[in-house]
Amino acid sequence: MNVIELQNLHYRWQGQSRDTLAIAKLHVAQGEHLFIRGASGSGKTTFLNLLAGILRPASGSLTILGQALQSMDNAARDRFRADHMGVIFQQFNLLPYLSVRENVQLPCHFSKRRKQQAGDMQATTNRLLEHLGLDRQLWERPVTDLSVGQQQRVAVARALIGSPELIIADEPTSALDTDTRDGFLNLLFQEAAVQGSTIVFVSHDPHIASHFPRVVDLRELNQP
Amino acid sequence: MILLNLTLRSLWNRRASLLLTLFSIAISVALLLGVEYIRKEAKSSFLSTISGTDLVVGARSGPVQLLLYSVFRIGNATNNISWQSYQDIASKPLVDWTIPISLGDSHKGYRVLGTNQDYFRYYRHGDKRLLEFAEGKPFAGVFDAVLGAEVARKLSYQLHDKIVIAHGAAATSFTLHADKPFQVVGILKPTGTPIDRTVHVSLEGIEAVHIDWVGGAKVPGYQISADEALQKNLQPKVITAFMVGLKNRAAAFRVQREINDYKREPLLATVPGVALAELWQAIGMFENVLRIITGFVVIAGLLGMLTTLLSTLNERRREMAILRAVGAHPRQVFLLFVLEAGVLAVLGCLLGAGLVFIGLLAARPWVMAEYGFYLSTWIPDMNDGLLLAVVAVLALLFSLIPGAIAYQRSLQDGLTVRV
Repeated sequence: MNVIELQNLHYRWQGQSRDTLAIAKLHVAQGEHLFIRGASGSGKTTFLNLLAGILRPASGSLTILGQALQSMDNAARDRFRADHMGVIFQQFNLLPYLSVRENVQLPCHFSKRRKQQAGDMQATTNRLLEHLGLDRQLWERPVTDLSVGQQQRVAVARALIGSPELIIADEPTSALDTDTRDGFLNLLFQEAAVQGSTIVFVSHDPHIASHFPRVVDLRELNQP
Repeated sequence: MILLNLTLRSLWNRRASLLLTLFSIAISVALLLGVEYIRKEAKSSFLSTISGTDLVVGARSGPVQLLLYSVFRIGNATNNISWQSYQDIASKPLVDWTIPISLGDSHKGYRVLGTNQDYFRYYRHGDKRLLEFAEGKPFAGVFDAVLGAEVARKLSYQLHDKIVIAHGAAATSFTLHADKPFQVVGILKPTGTPIDRTVHVSLEGIEAVHIDWVGGAKVPGYQISADEALQKNLQPKVITAFMVGLKNRAAAFRVQREINDYKREPLLATVPGVALAELWQAIGMFENVLRIITGFVVIAGLLGMLTTLLSTLNERRREMAILRAVGAHPRQVFLLFVLEAGVLAVLGCLLGAGLVFIGLLAARPWVMAEYGFYLSTWIPDMNDGLLLAVVAVLALLFSLIPGAIAYQRSLQDGLTVRV
C-alpha cells in the first residue's frame, strides 16, 4: 500500500506567472524511507507544506493514506496532520516554555487519535525518550537547557508519539555535526521501523543520501 | 484547555517584559476604580457635610444661598434674624433643639462663627458624628474660642494662644477687634467639612466685640473695654441663621411651611439634604470630566498591552509554526493571542482592584489625621464590576489585531518560517 500518492500535482503562489511546483507522479510505499534532495529554491518549502496539508494543491491529486488532501478543507487538513503526521524541523523544534516531557506530548493534545495510540502517555513518553538516549534527568528540564543534538532527539520523540503513519523531516540534521548526525539518523530509522512509520526526509545535504534506500532529487521531480 | 495551558506557560516564560504591561494595565484600572471611589466618597461626604439637622433657617433668600453661608461659610447673609423670632420658633413644641449661628467676622481669612454650647451638643456631620475635640473643651467664657482643625494647623495655634478677630469676612481686614482678644480653649478634630476652617466663639463674644460699634462701624471716642463689656447685657439682638432638630423628622415639611409663612419677619427654612443635592448637581460637573480622563488612561494602558502583543509577533513566529506542525489550526493560533490578552486583562483588573483596596487601607490613617475624612473600605459594587468587564472586553477587542496578524501569518508561513 502506498502512503503517499501524488499525481499531476501543481501549485502556484498567488501573483506568480508560473507554477512553483509541478510533479507528475510520486508514490511512497508504507514503511519506506525516502530521501528527497532539494537545494534552496527548488520548491522544497512548497512541497513540504503541500505534503503536510498546510497548502492545498491548485490542481492534481495528493492522496495520503488513501485520503484525498486536495478535497479537504483547511480545518480537516489540520486535523489530518495532527492525527497522521509527525514533523521535525531543521532546528528550534520545541516550545521554549514547556519541559522536555511536555514538548514530546504536545501532539496528543491536538489529536485524540494520537493520544489513544500513545496509550499510557507518561510511559510512552518515557520509553521514547529512553530509546532516543536522553538522560532521565533532562526530562523535566526546560528545553533551553538542552544541546541542539538533544533538542533534535526530543523533536523525534514528539514526531513519533502516538505512532503517526508519516514522519516529515525538514533538514533535521543541518545543525548537527557529523557524528551526532549519523547517530541521530540511526535512532530515527530504528524508532520509525518499530512503529512502521514512513519517513519523508528532505535535505540539501548529499552526504546523508547514502543512508537512505531511496533517493529522489526534487529538481528532477519538479518539472514546471 | 491545552490552549489556556499554553497561554499561561507562554506568558510565564515572557514574564519579565509582561510584568510591565501588567502593571500599566493594573495602574490604569486602579486609577479608574480609584476615581470612581473618590467620586462616590466626595459626593457622599459632600451630602453629609451636615447631617442630623432637619432644617436650616435664615432670612428669606434662596435655599442654596442659605446653605452656602450657614454651612459652607461662603458668601454672606442678606439679612439677620431677630433674637425674638429665633426664641419664638425654638420654643415650638415640635422643635427638639436649635443651634443659633452668628456670622460676619473673621480671623486671618477664616470665618468666625458665634454660637452656643448646643453647637457641640447637637451639630452632626458625616455619618451622624458629633464634633470631637483634639484638645481642650467647648468655650465657656465670653472671650473663649474653639478652633477648627485646619485653622489650628495652618496658623500653628495651641491652647491658650490669644487671637484677635477682624470685622468682616475678607482675608485682610483693617478693622480689628484688637481691644478684645479671644483665648483658644479648644481645638476640634478634623471633620473634612467647613468646620475645620472655622473659629467658634460664643454669641456673647460676638456681641461683646461689637458693643461699642454702631451701625457696623466703630464710633470714634467711644470705647468699652473687654472687662467693662463683661458687665453689660450681652444677650444678642440678632443672629444670622439657626439650625433646627425636630422631635419627629416627618414633621420637617410642616415646620418648614410654618417658618416660611412666619408673620413677624420674612424667614426661609430649608431641608439641608435637599439643598445639598441641588448644590451638588451644580458643582458636580467635574465628575464627568474625571471619568473621561480615566477612560483615556485605561485606553492608554491597553494600547501598551497591544504594543507588547504586536512586538512579540515576530519572535513568536517559530512558536506558531511548531503549533501548526503538531496540528493546531490557525484559529487556535488566533485564540492564543485573545486568551493572552484576556489573561493579562483579568490579572490587570485583579491587581488594580488590589491596589485600590490596599492603597485605601494604607492611606486611611493618614487621611483621617490630615483631613478628618474617614476612607471607607473599598468594596466593589455592580458599577465597578461593569467597569472591569468593559476593560476586559476592550482588551479582548484590542487583541483581535495581533490575533488576526498571527492567523494570517500562520496560514502563510505554515511549517517554514521565513525570518
